[in-house]
Amino acid sequence: MIKNLKKQNVWFVFTPYLWLVLFFFVPLALIFKISISVSEWGMPPYRDLFSFSENGFKINSTLGNYLFIFSDPFYIRSYLNSLSLAFTSTVLCLLIGYPIAFYVAKSKPSIRNILLIMLIIPFWSSFLLRVYAWKVLLQGSGIINSILIHIGLISEPISMLHNHYAVILGVVYTYLPFMILPLYGYLVKFDLNLIDASNDLGAKPLNTFVKVILPLSLPGIVAGSMLVFIPVVGEYIIPEMLGGSDKLYFGKIIWDEFFVNRDWPIASALAMSGIVILVFPIIIFQLMYAKYNFKNE
Amino acid sequence: MSEPFLQIIDVSKRFDNVVALDKVNLKIAKSEIFSLLGSSGCGKSTLLRIIAGFEKPDEGRILLEGKDITKLPPYVRPLNIMFQNYALFPHLNVTNNIQFGLKEEKISKEEINHRVNEILNLLELNGLEKRKINEISGGQQQRVALARCLVKKPKLLLLDEPLAALDKQLRVQTQFELVNLQYKLGITFIIVTHDQEEAMSLSDRMAIMKNGEILQVGNPVEIYEKPKDKYIANFIGTANIFNVLNKNNQIIIKELNYEVKNINNKENYVKCLIRPEKISVKKLENQSDNLNIGVVKEVAYLGSYTKYLIEVNGIEFYSFMQNSLVSDNLQIRWDDKVQISFNETSIYFFND
Amino acid sequence: MNKLFFKIFTLTIGFSFLYFPILTLIAYSFNDNKRVMVWKGFSFRWYKELFQNEQILEAFYTSLKIASLSATFATIMGVMIGFSLTRISKIPARPFFIFLSSSPLVMPEIILGLSLLLFFISSNHIIGFPSSKGQLTVLISHITFSVAFVAVIIQSRLSSYDKNIEEAAQDLGTIPNMIFWKVTAPVILPAILSGWLLAFTLSLDDLVVASFTTGPGANTLPIVVFSKVRLGLSPEVNALSAIIMLIVILAAISIYLINRSNIKK
Repeated sequence: MIKNLKKQNVWFVFTPYLWLVLFFFVPLALIFKISISVSEWGMPPYRDLFSFSENGFKINSTLGNYLFIFSDPFYIRSYLNSLSLAFTSTVLCLLIGYPIAFYVAKSKPSIRNILLIMLIIPFWSSFLLRVYAWKVLLQGSGIINSILIHIGLISEPISMLHNHYAVILGVVYTYLPFMILPLYGYLVKFDLNLIDASNDLGAKPLNTFVKVILPLSLPGIVAGSMLVFIPVVGEYIIPEMLGGSDKLYFGKIIWDEFFVNRDWPIASALAMSGIVILVFPIIIFQLMYAKYNFKNE
Repeated sequence: MSEPFLQIIDVSKRFDNVVALDKVNLKIAKSEIFSLLGSSGCGKSTLLRIIAGFEKPDEGRILLEGKDITKLPPYVRPLNIMFQNYALFPHLNVTNNIQFGLKEEKISKEEINHRVNEILNLLELNGLEKRKINEISGGQQQRVALARCLVKKPKLLLLDEPLAALDKQLRVQTQFELVNLQYKLGITFIIVTHDQEEAMSLSDRMAIMKNGEILQVGNPVEIYEKPKDKYIANFIGTANIFNVLNKNNQIIIKELNYEVKNINNKENYVKCLIRPEKISVKKLENQSDNLNIGVVKEVAYLGSYTKYLIEVNGIEFYSFMQNSLVSDNLQIRWDDKVQISFNETSIYFFND
Repeated sequence: MNKLFFKIFTLTIGFSFLYFPILTLIAYSFNDNKRVMVWKGFSFRWYKELFQNEQILEAFYTSLKIASLSATFATIMGVMIGFSLTRISKIPARPFFIFLSSSPLVMPEIILGLSLLLFFISSNHIIGFPSSKGQLTVLISHITFSVAFVAVIIQSRLSSYDKNIEEAAQDLGTIPNMIFWKVTAPVILPAILSGWLLAFTLSLDDLVVASFTTGPGANTLPIVVFSKVRLGLSPEVNALSAIIMLIVILAAISIYLINRSNIKK
């Protein structure tokens, strides 16, 4: 920007560069290394990748951890469970979030700002406590059971907690703002004249929605879906608090392999596979985003 | 006028207690170019949006060829609108924008292609078919917006500030193109504009609007020469307005202390208008204390003509002189004393 | 009118869904009963106990400290990244730098936490640093994942920023070294502030990464809360939720009012 800053540029670039290499890239490389190491008892609980002994230099590398994971339906199922949880809740968030974002964006500016603040409040408040709120609500003695008994729909409290439906509910609830806010960001920039123009040219409201509004909010849909899908794949807290033993998820498996089984190589291999599995949806999202993110001016 | 093409009857509209339109009545004939002219907030855009069907009037009716279309939604009205910012779909290319409306009608593919090609030729948009909207110039965008409407063969085309987004040179050129196009197609045009020059040069007739009311309807000559009141006189062109005294059957222009002799109608007019181009000034060689003598306060040379600001008896008014009529040795400069003259037939009397 | 009805219906249902759980939690925080869901009477009992619970208070203090430090460092580095990527073309292995500065955005926290923990352990083995897990390791981890978020905000602000104003400032006599402070910084200040705020919230809210990288004496608030509610309910946590909601709502309202008065001016 300014010629005199040239010397300062050096640390301007390299401070964050170095930081990210050291604390982001190296750790990732490290779990890759551990994922192809042989596990053993001790501290650290894996054999060094390279060793020198009387027999000379030796590489103790193995693909065994990966083979182990992918030959055990237990792990494969947990991946699939996580992906299907992420997919289901992304779709639900979109279905619930789109109309809300649409109507908030189309409100009068005075009301819109108040509604926007009301959307941001849950976004800011503690994630953990919002999950906890559902734990309270879904209890056997919780308020939803009480209401259902009161209106006579059920006679005995039913167990709503500790199953994968509760997990989906919790995920949709906590991640909904992540879907609504980017959608809102695109819809609020939306030129309302385009809707009028489409109507004027003979398109009925439904056609206007499908042919004009939906394609123009696609970047918002993609951004929102990405913000929900990706973190939900690795989600640990919600399944732990609201879920039961009916379905196990990838995040919890890593946690347990590490903290409970203390099997670092397996945990690392799980994490590496998780990254690989996530790379595909991310690339798809990025391509869609790039394709439809034309300038709206 | 026989059966009017479009009839607006007692249309009123309020937004949160603000009156946007107050009992507006208007008749527009087939194939005319009609302008709604007024400053911003006068209700002209609201009227256009009501005709298009985006807003429903609180009261009143809209008749198109005698049929009541007041309650029809915009997508079934046989008319189209060209938006001020064009409202072209940014996710579609030029062709897809143009055929957007046709696809909503039950027309065969061949017919659609045929009509799109026809309109591309008519508006000289060939070669841009596959371009995205943000890849073409402002003038091209304007023509795509026009094409998108015209391809539907509407009975009536509404144009909201059609030239506002273009730069000046392009605007003049496009004005002529619009008039030619309308002549060729015979479609009725209703144009909303705040630019009086644009309205004057485009329209067959125009309506001047203010505060949700129509002040005057007429052709450009009528409106310019015979404005109903001071507001219109000032809105269209430059106006020199003087007070009129009616003493002992003498009609006197007060500020100029000039008695109008040849006047038939001796009604009690209180004001009169003399357009600046109808007042001529002539440089005085020698000092004299003639009544019709003014002092030049400002001179603006504009090429084909010159604007002079003249002061007489403490009031100021304008005179525009064709430069071809002023000889070089009589060039008028600041603080020169000048003789003022005008033809009595150029005086237009009115009540405020 | 049908449309209006549908709009109000949608917004009412939507916002009820967002607020019903939170409001219930707040209501039950005044319940004078150890069994959370059985209403006994109104009381401030759990608020009193909350304010006497040293574990929670200490965790709260730790969280605030880590969050504000992490937000500050993350903002400084986020600004550096934003400027580097928008203004400096000659960056060695630029695509790699872009990859590094955006990947934390899409990295599941559980993998981030695991990788950082393994890194800290190994680094302790090899060079003896960090000597133990604790506040420092949590801080480093939080800075690492927050940097990317701040960088995104700063970058999007800088890309829509009119560089002419810097030239205008030079033309008006500002010496080059002062341009950043006198022109650039004030213009992107809102982006810097919202970046800081986001980094602060991310740190305050993080449970997973902190659980991996924490050590003795570095229990953050989410860790303590999680340990209390993982298996059951806790009336004290209800009270805590109510307080946090109150703070968030007050902050939101004040931001709304500041925005509104700015617009009016």
